[in-house]
Amino acid sequence: MRTAFVNALYELAVRDPRIVLLTGDLGFSVLEPFRDNLPAQYVNAGVAEQNMTSIAVGMALSGKIAFTYSIANFPTLRCLEQVRNDVCYHEANVKIVAVGGGFAYGAAGASHHATEELGVMRLMPNLTVVAPADPVEARAAAAALVEHRGPCYVRLGKAGEPTLHQGEIDFRLGCALRVRDGRDLTLISTGSMLKAALGVAARLAERSVEARVLSMHTLKPLDEEAVLAAARDTGTILTLEQHSVLGGLGGAVAELLAESGIPVRFRRVGLPSAFSPAVGSQEWLERQHGLDEESILGATLKLLPS
Amino acid sequence: MPHDLDPALLALRIREHCVRMTARANASHVGSSLSMADLLAVLFARHLRFDPARPDWPERDRFILSKGHGCAGLYAVLAEVGYFPVAWLETFHQDGSPLAGHATHKGVPGIEVSTGSLGHGLSLGAGMALARQRDGGAQRTVCLLSDGECDEGSVWEAALFAAHHRLERLVAIVDHNKIQSFGSVAEVLDLAPLAEKWRAFGWSVLELDGHDLGAIEAALAKLPFEAGRPSCLVAHTVKGKGVSFMEGKLLWHYRAPRGELEATALAELAAAFAAGRKVEPA
Repeated sequence: MRTAFVNALYELAVRDPRIVLLTGDLGFSVLEPFRDNLPAQYVNAGVAEQNMTSIAVGMALSGKIAFTYSIANFPTLRCLEQVRNDVCYHEANVKIVAVGGGFAYGAAGASHHATEELGVMRLMPNLTVVAPADPVEARAAAAALVEHRGPCYVRLGKAGEPTLHQGEIDFRLGCALRVRDGRDLTLISTGSMLKAALGVAARLAERSVEARVLSMHTLKPLDEEAVLAAARDTGTILTLEQHSVLGGLGGAVAELLAESGIPVRFRRVGLPSAFSPAVGSQEWLERQHGLDEESILGATLKLLPS
Repeated sequence: MPHDLDPALLALRIREHCVRMTARANASHVGSSLSMADLLAVLFARHLRFDPARPDWPERDRFILSKGHGCAGLYAVLAEVGYFPVAWLETFHQDGSPLAGHATHKGVPGIEVSTGSLGHGLSLGAGMALARQRDGGAQRTVCLLSDGECDEGSVWEAALFAAHHRLERLVAIVDHNKIQSFGSVAEVLDLAPLAEKWRAFGWSVLELDGHDLGAIEAALAKLPFEAGRPSCLVAHTVKGKGVSFMEGKLLWHYRAPRGELEATALAELAAAFAAGRKVEPA
């Protein structure tokens, strides 16, 4: 997913000299084309994310479309005040890119578990928050971010996420993608959890339970219409995210549903507000935390009316 | 071209406004505004290129007040040079005013960026300078910092970055008034030797008396101090400069000169100017 995004951004940058990419000294094996072929549009800011973020704002206020790039929590939490005061308050045309959302760097330890940043970013005024599901969405997101004038945050997977969308998609910021339709329940996923959502939907279909699946690639602004329609049409909603159940997709959907007056069975599938007691591969940690297909299927069957 | 105003008169006006604004609003930071008044006066009277009728003029020099708490002085100079009516200053720090208690760009022509949390401005300025450098522009970016602000690690991230990228059109001016929020700089977190630190980070540095209008003008005329390096001016100043009972006193980081104190301060400033001299060091 990361490679798809960076390659798409590179192609866009070749055509648009306003695009600049700032990295916090990361991107080995991915950013070399940028560095070598577009040196005037590339800055390695060193291991200094606060400065990198404000440099990006200064460049954006001078006409650039500035992307900052780092991994896990470094381009967001490390420099949160620069994101708030400089990027967001100035409505600067800065796009913050974090590679390795959720447990993508699961074995690397708690420092590298990006499991709260979506909620924190969602709180930032003026900030559009994006988490693509697969390489197809990631490529489309790169173009959409360049097109959108204003601050954005994008959470990417690391590498190796499978392609889930077949063919072209109609990717628009703030518009959920209905990847599968059904009338019995809705699975709303953000980021790479779409894979599990589709897997669970397929298993449910074997039991003649038809699930609608929404890829909520934009967390803010939330596609409220898609959520409310899901509540009205299917009566049962589960949100799936590799993130704390506080403040992220589950939080956003819960806030909306609670005020909607629509009766709905609802469950947030995500992480408790706790540090993971163990480290390990993304897949292993997903099982440990009930984010794998089997666990989500169980949670779904428990929620559905018998 | 830069403007050609009388720096001494502009400095007087800035100080008078700062006293009145903080008194009316019962606001803090009059001492921080007074210590940098002479620096602001020379910058806007003689050095910076700007057009108050076109705040977004692409060829303008950029001025960033990184010590956003000194914004009374910045609002005052912007009003005096014509960015907005002087009458706006009466609304400073009041309900519904665009003139917030820390430098705010929303609705205030001439303010490039909002500051208030320390340690942001130099990075923002370095970003602007880098964009200009890559686009081949000649505009200068001048960033005014406080000395206490240099406690922030992000200042030194920016200092490293600017030297590495040879941002010779970037200027940092440190208003070194030796007093920060809760004590003297030497007591709280000693910065000495401050000029040496900037030099060690790759900047070309001059030190001067930040109340000597002629010396400030002469130093700014030498920019960049060295080709291929960002320039740093360590300006030795006095907190509360120009008002005898404020000078060098931590109290005036916080207290507003209300009632008789306001009248006393204004009388002192006027008398010093009328005596045909710049305000001499205490």
